[in-house]
Amino acid sequence: MASGELTSKDYITHHLTNWSVGEGFWTVHVDTLGWSIFMGLIFLFSFRAVAKTANAGVPTKWQCAVEMVVEFIDSTVKSTFHGKNPVIAPLALTIFVWVLLMNLLDLVPVDFIPWTAQQIGAAMGYDPHDVYMKAVPTTDLNMTIALALGVFILMIYYSIKMKGIGGFIKELTTQPFNTPWLYWFNFILEVVALLAKPLSLALRLFGNLYAGELIFILIAMTGLYQLPMHFVWAVFHLLVIPLQAFIFTILTVVYLSMAHEHH
Amino acid sequence: MNINATLIGELIAFLVFVLFCMKYVWPPIIGAIETRQQKIADGLAASDRAEQDLRLAQEKAKQQLIDAKAQASVVIDQAKKREAQIIEEAAVKAQAEREKILAQAKAEVDAERIRAKEELRKQVAALAVAGAERILQRSIDEAAHSDILDKLVAEL
Repeated sequence: MASGELTSKDYITHHLTNWSVGEGFWTVHVDTLGWSIFMGLIFLFSFRAVAKTANAGVPTKWQCAVEMVVEFIDSTVKSTFHGKNPVIAPLALTIFVWVLLMNLLDLVPVDFIPWTAQQIGAAMGYDPHDVYMKAVPTTDLNMTIALALGVFILMIYYSIKMKGIGGFIKELTTQPFNTPWLYWFNFILEVVALLAKPLSLALRLFGNLYAGELIFILIAMTGLYQLPMHFVWAVFHLLVIPLQAFIFTILTVVYLSMAHEHH
Repeated sequence: MNINATLIGELIAFLVFVLFCMKYVWPPIIGAIETRQQKIADGLAASDRAEQDLRLAQEKAKQQLIDAKAQASVVIDQAKKREAQIIEEAAVKAQAEREKILAQAKAEVDAERIRAKEELRKQVAALAVAGAERILQRSIDEAAHSDILDKLVAEL
């Protein structure tokens, strides 16, 4: 859909730029925030509708679908995490469905949402070239880092809660080499390992979705051949979308269960 | 692609979503699922138990049928035996009766014969006496020879 007056570079840049408000650090990506909260609300309201009427009798079809997801998350959590914790399962459900819904926005044709936004912006008197709308929140590093940071905070919280500050520091310093003169080295290793967990969570999700989005944009510039190529890439991406949501969820559960374990 | 305040906004959104899910979404749904699982498990167990009961009842009924058949054949056997016994008894009784009747008849016949013989003897004696009387009417005194005649009568 690259119109003649736009160069390829402009087209790509336009698609990869967020609708930003504010200056410096206090910039806010309105599109990322809006779409992610919109998706989160879709998740919460659709599931809440079931939760309100949930009973042990014959379920409705929508209840069956929701219960399948809940059951899936529940069995996944139970197979990985053996302690008792009322947070982990709802957390995993939230992450899975929310990330899945946000990733699914990637399957909306790449031009559809930005183009619609431009039309609305133009109608409201803005220059269409200045209207940015990057719909998929998980292609914004702020989104994925926020998720990973939330998980990281919980990891630290449960590590300290389960083992005490002393136990947590001990865990960071006394392994793998259990000799006092190597504690400083252990500490460096463990801190790197600890920080690698949320960082890998955030970057894996971001990288996969950003790359997928970028390839959709590149395919969109190939003219007539883009239709079969879009189809092939969308089918492939259809695997990536739930897979990434699931990987983020299961790794969250694994990291949190590691935080509960005593070494 | 820079890190900015969006991160904070998303973090807050994430926190709120997780808290809402934890409070209002997860517990009722998982509760319903677990209750239903329990109900289904109970139902299956009950159906298993019912099946077991049915099998036991069927076996019991079969056993009772066999017992009843055995009992019936015992009763029939007994009845047959009893029948034979009754017939035998009747036969024996009839035989005894027959013999009794026969014996009675014989006795009657004997008595009759004896009486007839006696009669005959008496008549013969009388006849003989009459014959002899006629022959000896003139010559023999009835009184004088009656002892001889009595002897004759006894010998007949």
